[in-house]
Amino acid sequence: MDFRFTEEQTMIFETAASFLAEVSSSADVRKNVLTDSGFDANVWQQVCESMYWQAILIPEAFGGLALGYVEAIGILEQMGERLFQSPFATSSVLATTLIGKLASEQQQAQLFESLLAGSVATIAYTTARPDWRVSSVSVSAEEVAESVTLQGECRFVPHAHSADIIIVAAKTGVDGMSCYWLNSASEGVQIERTPTLDQTQPLGRIVFDNAVIPSSQRLGGLGQAELAFTDVLDIARIAAAADLVGVAQRSLDMSVDYAKERVQFGRTIASFQAIKHKAADMMLKAESARSLLYYAACVADEWLADRGPKQALAEAAAMVKASAAEAAFFNAGTGIQIHGGVGITEEYDIQLYFKRARAGENYLGSPASQREVIARQLLD
Amino acid sequence: MQISFTPEDERFRQEVADWLAENLSGEFAHIRFRGGPGDEHSFVEARKAWECRLASGGWTCIGWPEQWGGKNATIEQQVIFNEEYARAGGPGRVGHIGETLTGPTLLAFGSEAQCQQYLPGIRAGTALWCQGYSEPGAGSDLANVRTKAVFDAPSQQWRITGQKVWTSLAHESQYVFVLARTDPESVGHRGLGFFLMAMDQPGVTIRPIPQLTGTAEFNEVFFDDAVCSAGDIVGQPGEGWQVAMGLLGFERGVSTLGQQMLFQTELDEIIRIAKENGAAADPHLRQRIAEAHIGLRTLRYNSLRMLSGGNDAALGREAMIYKLSWSSWHRNLGKLAMDVLGPEAELIHAAPYELNRLQSLFLFSRADTIYGGTNQIQRNIIAERALGMPREARGTQ
Repeated sequence: MDFRFTEEQTMIFETAASFLAEVSSSADVRKNVLTDSGFDANVWQQVCESMYWQAILIPEAFGGLALGYVEAIGILEQMGERLFQSPFATSSVLATTLIGKLASEQQQAQLFESLLAGSVATIAYTTARPDWRVSSVSVSAEEVAESVTLQGECRFVPHAHSADIIIVAAKTGVDGMSCYWLNSASEGVQIERTPTLDQTQPLGRIVFDNAVIPSSQRLGGLGQAELAFTDVLDIARIAAAADLVGVAQRSLDMSVDYAKERVQFGRTIASFQAIKHKAADMMLKAESARSLLYYAACVADEWLADRGPKQALAEAAAMVKASAAEAAFFNAGTGIQIHGGVGITEEYDIQLYFKRARAGENYLGSPASQREVIARQLLD
Repeated sequence: MQISFTPEDERFRQEVADWLAENLSGEFAHIRFRGGPGDEHSFVEARKAWECRLASGGWTCIGWPEQWGGKNATIEQQVIFNEEYARAGGPGRVGHIGETLTGPTLLAFGSEAQCQQYLPGIRAGTALWCQGYSEPGAGSDLANVRTKAVFDAPSQQWRITGQKVWTSLAHESQYVFVLARTDPESVGHRGLGFFLMAMDQPGVTIRPIPQLTGTAEFNEVFFDDAVCSAGDIVGQPGEGWQVAMGLLGFERGVSTLGQQMLFQTELDEIIRIAKENGAAADPHLRQRIAEAHIGLRTLRYNSLRMLSGGNDAALGREAMIYKLSWSSWHRNLGKLAMDVLGPEAELIHAAPYELNRLQSLFLFSRADTIYGGTNQIQRNIIAERALGMPREARGTQ
């Protein structure tokens, strides 16, 4: 039992901090919002070539770094701090986790090679009005002989329009669920970007209009993806929480910095208890969520190694998602209040964090829905 | 970073659990889950005997160096001990102030002679301690100490006069540590001394403070020319504040994990009742119970982060938020207990004022956000020390 980072982990995070400070300034973030992909393709290339972050969760046998979720989560936290725009969470954490869990050795070799080279993968499963659970899956897949026909629509798909590889969760048969991978340029697949309130994290809509793919592109057994997919969604919640902890932390830091400079009544507003106590509450929220986050990262690593109690991943994911989402929204919202009038201007960054916090709050399940997950474990 | 314990630690856990299962039975069965904050007045004699039983098994002061009878237990082992102790229903420790406050303070700041004189009694579970910090005029403003200590050269004794308040277990303790002013001209945190004193002497008077629960956990302690010897000051005259602050650092240590296990038994009781009386079906209460569960787990991992930071008393960011977070959580739990009980919450066991555990929890948890530094003081500390915001202006006295 040790809740400290190793020296190697600390080094990774320090490198990440300085890299992100360089490539994800406020000006960078605002510039990227206007691009087609929503992120800077050159920076993503740098991430893949110099930082090699896309390889963190890829096993060594396939050329990856075979590190763990503690490393991934620590980097995601810093990405949240910098509002970093990239498909890292979607492609290098979620899709990579799913492939590692479900794909055959041959599929892993092929897909990981592509991801290591910088391709972007996304996961599509959410229907018109998702509750973000596995039951949200509505695309149907029909396997006949050696081919599969996909029919249906997915919304709220992160980085859909810039993905090279789509992994789709689909209903097969009466109550089975299967996952398939396909090239985003496949025939019968239409993708469009759906403009979002938080401009730093693009979403898209994917329509499968009788898209036909070979059944060799199924990941795992027919109708047997549900358990693995459920777990991957919990990993996704932990990853999203990491970003939100970063948002919570940065909202606090920016607000405190501002309060130390802003003078009213002949003193900085940071000297008023009304402001100090708000800041203290913000730190409490951020640190509390962070404590749960590090726990959840450890649980994710145990899960990856097939260790630890069965319920632990779902519990950890629900706890940290609820806590981090509330911390981020509270801190960004309180941050606007501390900023006063300038907090609602376009010029100041706090509004960008506020929007990212809002997006993350609902994504993959609201705090209330996550608490209900816990309530079911405790009370039913 | 990892959450699993080593096989060696797991063996230690088994050893603790086995010993407790064997010993916390028979004559001690009735004190399981008793004592502790809000229930400190219960079964004191039996709990004193239990303290000696613990000591004879080698389970007091396990974190101390072997030289002083400890096991030099690692942080992990201390965490495990506290967890197993609470899981087994180990009663609130009457010796906890000596073990967790006096002992570490003497080991860090005391002389060899002081360690020789005082540590063995604490280790044996026979010498109980209470603390003399707060005063009527020194609550949140802890440095505003008025109690005076004067050195009497002919008798080579310190003579102490003044009043302390909010002293738990004062009437059961043999010793008290006292923060008193050695320099009569001084104000604030300068000019203080940290003294070790016997309670059983003519100059010490104890008066219980009846509280909203109908019980009296705290006392007022009056010193009227109470004495201790020249060797009973820890550090030099004028260094009392540094010693006192070091001690408060120890207070936020491994015992937090044991405290959380007690919280867990309270939450488990609330969950049990909710399932029984139908409250578990109420969507709003479900949310709050889940929130309580998440909050308690947050306290746990926050503590583990805090403890992984090392053995010293220096306060990290996690440590600074700890008091504010547990006190708010526990106070909310008290209210949750009432809301889960519903109408039944209003009916007590018997007149004149015999409460059940959850009613005591509800009432006494209002003290949590006040003692040991109010939530408002905690927020000042966080803002000033962790976030570097300007300090509060001091009034002139």
